[in-house]
Amino acid sequence: MSNRYSRQELFLGSKAQANINEASVIIIGAGALGSASAEMLVRAGIGVLTVVDRDYVDLTNLQRQQLYTEEDVSNQLPKAIAAKTRLEQINSEITINCFIEDVNGLNIEELIKGHSVIVDATDNFETSLIVNDAAVKHGIPFLFGACVGSYGLTYPIIPGETPCLHCLLNYLPMDGMTCDTVGVISPIVQITAALQITQVLQILSGETLFPILQSMDIWKNEKAEINVTQLKNKLCPTCGEHPSHPFLSFENQMKTDVLCGRDAVQLRPGLGRRTYSLPHLLERLESHVKNPVLNQYLLSCKFEDYRVVFFKDGRAIIHGTNEAKNARAVYNRFIQFY
Amino acid sequence: MSITLNGKSVDLREGVNTVEQLLSHYHLENRIVIVEINKEIVMKENYKTMSLSHGDVVEIIHFVGGG
Repeated sequence: MSNRYSRQELFLGSKAQANINEASVIIIGAGALGSASAEMLVRAGIGVLTVVDRDYVDLTNLQRQQLYTEEDVSNQLPKAIAAKTRLEQINSEITINCFIEDVNGLNIEELIKGHSVIVDATDNFETSLIVNDAAVKHGIPFLFGACVGSYGLTYPIIPGETPCLHCLLNYLPMDGMTCDTVGVISPIVQITAALQITQVLQILSGETLFPILQSMDIWKNEKAEINVTQLKNKLCPTCGEHPSHPFLSFENQMKTDVLCGRDAVQLRPGLGRRTYSLPHLLERLESHVKNPVLNQYLLSCKFEDYRVVFFKDGRAIIHGTNEAKNARAVYNRFIQFY
Repeated sequence: MSITLNGKSVDLREGVNTVEQLLSHYHLENRIVIVEINKEIVMKENYKTMSLSHGDVVEIIHFVGGG
């Protein structure tokens, strides 16, 4: 046995390896956790890997987002594209799909269709709850993970068996818990992703996962584990007896996000999306912007006092503000030139 | 009083007697947390009234939103 997976196969067995080679996994987010998870899955020989991410590579990402390089930063490549290129260098035998998209309640069901496992690598709790709704509705195991500072936590959601993420919470989290206030060190990213991917390998090996919420602080050297079986809620709007999957429709309302540690706001068009011609947009904007960078995915330029990164689907990231309202006004002034 | 918190022995200062006071001591009062005492999860509505006892084994996990 001398194939590229031989060391793994010695540990897991040939049946599990065959399952891995046939499985399709989707990772929601290609930031720090997503990079780490994607690399592990690709090296393990997952059959199909789908990566979804809304962002492009920024210099401040390189400290912990292992798939990206300085070249990706200068080319302002979307993370999904840069990730696919790097992952294909690591393993050319598998299929890698990538989507430059912002996951929301309207597109998540289409994205996860046909996948055997979903790995959480989002940078905000609201998106995790949207994915949780879709995962439970379609009966696909969902491995929650999150980290900030030196602290991370994981929890496996097995639809029909474990309590879901929604059961564990009574209300939507307030903010004040993203990396713009606390920062993050890369070892906790690796540990959190390692726990999530171990759970993927266990699922694909036919092992039973238990509803154990697990956390660790790598700086303080603290660990905690809680079996949350008793939190399964019969009336849960996501996994209860009469589910309504509220995050799949609630999300309609959400159009702006303040981005983690970036002094930037993302704006996403609502229903009725369109595709923009970026060369046309740049032509119209030419005399109003400075330092434009145009590639096939996005237009980045200085507009007024802001840097605007505009994607083909009408989504934009406005740098230089932390205020959704302000960003919305800049967006409207920018797009009126089209 | 001393308790075992997330696997470590800690001495609680005076005035920290309930789950609510413990969360506030660790600045977790506004977080989404799950608290377990001696293998039983404490429901949110009982944080105020649930007293801690010397030797309790307490696990606290709070949710964060980064990744």
